[in-house]
Amino acid sequence: MKTYTNTGNKDTRSGFGAGLTELGQTNDKVVALCADLIGSLKMDDFKANHPERFFQIGIAEANMIGIAAGLTIGGKIPFTGTFANFSTGRVYDQIRQSVAYSDKNVKICASHAGLTLGEDGATHQILEDIGLMKMLPGMTVINTCDYNQTKAATIAIADHQGPVYLRFGRPSVPNFTPEDQKFEIGKALQLTEGTDVTIVATGHLVWEALEAAKALHEEGISAEVIDIHTIKPLDDEAILKSVKKTGCIVTAEEHNFLGGLGESVARVLSLNHPTPQEFVATQDTFGESGTPAQLMEKYGLNSASIIKAAQKVLGRKK
Amino acid sequence: MSNTQQLEDLTTQVRRDILRMVHKVNSGHPGGSLGCAEFMVALYNEIMDRKDTFEMDGIGEDLFFLSNGHISPVFYSVLARAGYFPVEELSTFRLLNSRLQGHPTTHEGLPGIRVASGSLGQGMSVAIGAAQAKKLNNDSHLIYSLHGDGELQEGQNWEAIMYASGNNIDNLISTIDLNGQQIDGSTDTVLPMGNIKDKFEAFGWTVVEIEEGNNIEAILEGMADAKSKTGQGKPVCVLLKTIMGNGVDFMMHTHAWHGKAPNDDQLAVGLELNAVTLGDY
Repeated sequence: MKTYTNTGNKDTRSGFGAGLTELGQTNDKVVALCADLIGSLKMDDFKANHPERFFQIGIAEANMIGIAAGLTIGGKIPFTGTFANFSTGRVYDQIRQSVAYSDKNVKICASHAGLTLGEDGATHQILEDIGLMKMLPGMTVINTCDYNQTKAATIAIADHQGPVYLRFGRPSVPNFTPEDQKFEIGKALQLTEGTDVTIVATGHLVWEALEAAKALHEEGISAEVIDIHTIKPLDDEAILKSVKKTGCIVTAEEHNFLGGLGESVARVLSLNHPTPQEFVATQDTFGESGTPAQLMEKYGLNSASIIKAAQKVLGRKK
Repeated sequence: MSNTQQLEDLTTQVRRDILRMVHKVNSGHPGGSLGCAEFMVALYNEIMDRKDTFEMDGIGEDLFFLSNGHISPVFYSVLARAGYFPVEELSTFRLLNSRLQGHPTTHEGLPGIRVASGSLGQGMSVAIGAAQAKKLNNDSHLIYSLHGDGELQEGQNWEAIMYASGNNIDNLISTIDLNGQQIDGSTDTVLPMGNIKDKFEAFGWTVVEIEEGNNIEAILEGMADAKSKTGQGKPVCVLLKTIMGNGVDFMMHTHAWHGKAPNDDQLAVGLELNAVTLGDY
């Protein structure tokens, strides 16, 4: 099976920062807004290089979303940056009315998503944001898996007309996708070919899925790993093509099973090709303090959980 | 248009439009709409430097944002009569498949609207963003916005008010419709807000007061004063003292008509008080 090399652990938020830095040089319509988290979001370079196009909003996320909506009127492409929790739940109505319903070209860029934010605990670990954002009509929802992909996605969304939610994280994780990749919104990436089970994963769980596939391979199980970076619009075709071959599927995400990638996949399957599915996701719970690895272990969001889910779903195949 | 009489005639016609629009669908917000009729007419026909055609980006012209979107009847009437869309379309207000939604939206492509509003407290932030875009584009035109006084109870306003002065947004004139009323009663009984002028000044804004907010000449004078105070490093707030329901005697001085439509008899009285000037839609 195809294997992937970790070229060195890096945080996805730095991929965002690097993408934003590049956009600063290549697209003068791009402006950036931050709510007192410049260092955490890695927006320092953009701020230093383009002070006139950078807006420090202060701890006022609702105002930030509104200002971003206003900046589009005049042709700017605003990128807002704060933690995922403050990018979504805290400002849901502002996004709903001033951005989504108003068809504004705002890029909502959210770091520290999910459990891997770690020690800060449940107040900051949002596990509901994908659901919140995918329910908004017209909103594109992207959850990237490593540094390179996050950088490529950041650059790509500037060329997409319409609101986008870009979700990434805090911890250093394996960087394994190509440095020169072209990011296509809505296009799933088949990472390994397999015949027994499909594993579709998003965000930090993609590397875990690859690790799981390797272990399953040693047990003689052939897993097809698909990286779903875009949760909305979902690449229905890629998922259906794979399950028609494998006959069962595991979805994996750092998010509540309610409202996440798994439910979106389940809908596609139930409408088109009913298939046994197992969900690797948090089970309608809040997180807690701990190291990212401890939390992913405790809440069942690692390669071991994916292996177990794959074995279980294989048993359900007729 | 510059003649005060012409603006007053237009205001009378706008009042008729408001009454007829909300009466037809037995819903909508006539009180605040009537209270801001003179202001909106003066703004669109005298105060703003605007283009006749509508482009979302609004480069090279003044822009207006309505934050208290529930006074959509006055907004729609003034926009239609300023030529943004056919006056006849006012008859579709709040009907199925209309571009004239209950609250203003860009979603149906109605010319003249640049952002949705209705969920309160968001408009000032949007106006600030548009003002900053103007500065980035080296466009010296101004941003105007309108807000209800009760709307100031929404906390996002104060984030925006603090930000605007802290960032020298001096190409923004935000008007507060001080009618002292909100759905559940007077603003003083629902949630006393203290001295709004002192609050804006404490937040670093220049404040202009228009005592007679239903008097066209007073509005023109006050807004000229406000305009003269832009470009000086501070955002400008206009406190516009209006009478809710102005021009329709039984709707005045009460919150009762905030979100209630007149019945047939009440409509007849209201229309009689405001005889046709430019012609009904």
